[in-house]
Amino acid sequence: MLRAEGLSHRFGAIRALDDVSFSVQPGQTLAVFGPNGAGKTTLLRVLAGLIQPQRGRADVVGGRRAIGWIGHQPQLYAQLTVRENLGFWASLYDVAPPAELIARLGLEAHVDRPVRALSRGLVQRVAIARALVHDPTVLLLDEPFTGLDRVAAEALSRLLGRHAAAGRASVLVTHNVEEGTGLATDVAFMRAGRFVHFAPRAGRGAAQVAEEYRNAIA
Amino acid sequence: MRSPELLRHAWAVASKDLLVELRSRTAIVSVATFVVLVLMVFNFGRDQTAVSNVDLAPSILWVTFTFAAILALNRAFQIELENQALDGLLLAPIDRGSIYLGKLIANLIFVATIEVIGLPLIALFFNVRVLVAPLVMVIALATVGFVAVGTLFSAMTVRTRFAELLLPVLLLPFMILPLRWAALATGLLLAGRPLSEVQGWLNMLAVYDVVFVVLAILLFPATVNE
Repeated sequence: MLRAEGLSHRFGAIRALDDVSFSVQPGQTLAVFGPNGAGKTTLLRVLAGLIQPQRGRADVVGGRRAIGWIGHQPQLYAQLTVRENLGFWASLYDVAPPAELIARLGLEAHVDRPVRALSRGLVQRVAIARALVHDPTVLLLDEPFTGLDRVAAEALSRLLGRHAAAGRASVLVTHNVEEGTGLATDVAFMRAGRFVHFAPRAGRGAAQVAEEYRNAIA
Repeated sequence: MRSPELLRHAWAVASKDLLVELRSRTAIVSVATFVVLVLMVFNFGRDQTAVSNVDLAPSILWVTFTFAAILALNRAFQIELENQALDGLLLAPIDRGSIYLGKLIANLIFVATIEVIGLPLIALFFNVRVLVAPLVMVIALATVGFVAVGTLFSAMTVRTRFAELLLPVLLLPFMILPLRWAALATGLLLAGRPLSEVQGWLNMLAVYDVVFVVLAILLFPATVNE
C-alpha cells in the first residue's frame, strides 16, 4: 500500500532523511519512534507528497486521494462552523459530508458552532473527522495524541483499530513509545534521519519496546 | 484534470475564502478604512487651482486601488497558514491550479468590493463621472491583471519572514505596465474622450490578463512545493 525506497532529504546542513526504505502492507500499522529532530515529520511529509525528496521515491497506492493526514495542527478554519469545515474538505474530495463519522466522534451537538468556539479536545475530534472525510486507505499520523482529551484519544484509538481491521494501512510517528506501541503491528526507531530498527512488534509490550528504543537511540 | 472539476474545486476554495472573510470582516474593514482615509487625505491635501480634477483623479484612483489590493492580497494565503490548512489543500486530490483559481476569484471579488466602495468617493471628491461602461471595463481589466500576478506572488511569499514587505516589492515591477495603460485610459475617459481612443489600452490589458492568468495557473504548483 505504501513503499519508500532510498529516501534522502537535507535541509541545508541538516540531514533529515538518510536512505530510508520500507513498505507497509494492508492491515499494517507502523509506529515510528524517534526523538525530536530525528526526521519523523519530514518522513511523513515526503510520504504525503508535501515534500519532494532529494533522493529516492515514495509511492502510495491510490495517490493523494488515498491519504488521510492527522497532524499537530487541525487544518481547520477557525471562523467556519464544524459543518462548513467538513463540507469544504468533503467537496475537495467530491464526497458527501460524513454524517456517520460526525456521530461516531460525538460531534452532532457541535456541528453548527464555529471551530474557534470549541475546546482543544473538540477541535482535535473535528480534525480527525476532517482527515477521514474521504475514507482514506492510508493514514499518516504525526504525533496524533498530542493535545487530545481522553474521549478524543479513545475515539482515535478505536478508529485506528477499525482502520487496520478493514485491511488499511497507517504510519504513525511519535516520540511517545507508550501511546504508539498499543496501536502498532510494526515498530521502527529513527535517529538522525535513519531507521536504526524496523521489525514486527510481535507481542512486545510498551515497556519492552520502550527499553529497546532507549538502547537503540542512546 | 477536466475543466468542470477544476472550476468546481476553484469555486469551493473561493466560496470558503469569502465565507471566512464574511465571518471575520478583518480584511474588508481595514482595507475599506484605508481607501476612505487615503481618498480623504488626497481630497483635502490637494491644491485645486494647481491641477484639474480630471488630471489628478486617474493617478489617485490607481494609487488607492493598487495599495488597497496589496493589503488584501497579503491576506490571501495567510488564512491557509493558520492551523496549517495549506497542507490540507495540497494533500487534496485536486489540480493545484484550482487552488490558485479559487484564490484569484476570491481576491477579485474582494478587490471589486473595495473598488465599489472607492469609486463613489472618487466621484464625490473629484467631481468626475466614474460609472461609465468603458471606465468600468478599464478598471475591471486592470484589476484582473494585477490581482492575477499578486495572487501568485502572495503564494510565493506567504511562508517567508517578510511576506508583507516582499509582496509589494515583487509585485510592483509587474504592475507598472498595466497601471500605466489603465491610468492613461482612465485619464482619457474621464476627459470625455470616446472609447475608440482607449481601445488599444484595453486590448493590451486584455492580453496581459490572459497571459498572466495562464502563466500563474501553470506556475502555481511550483510555488507551493517545499
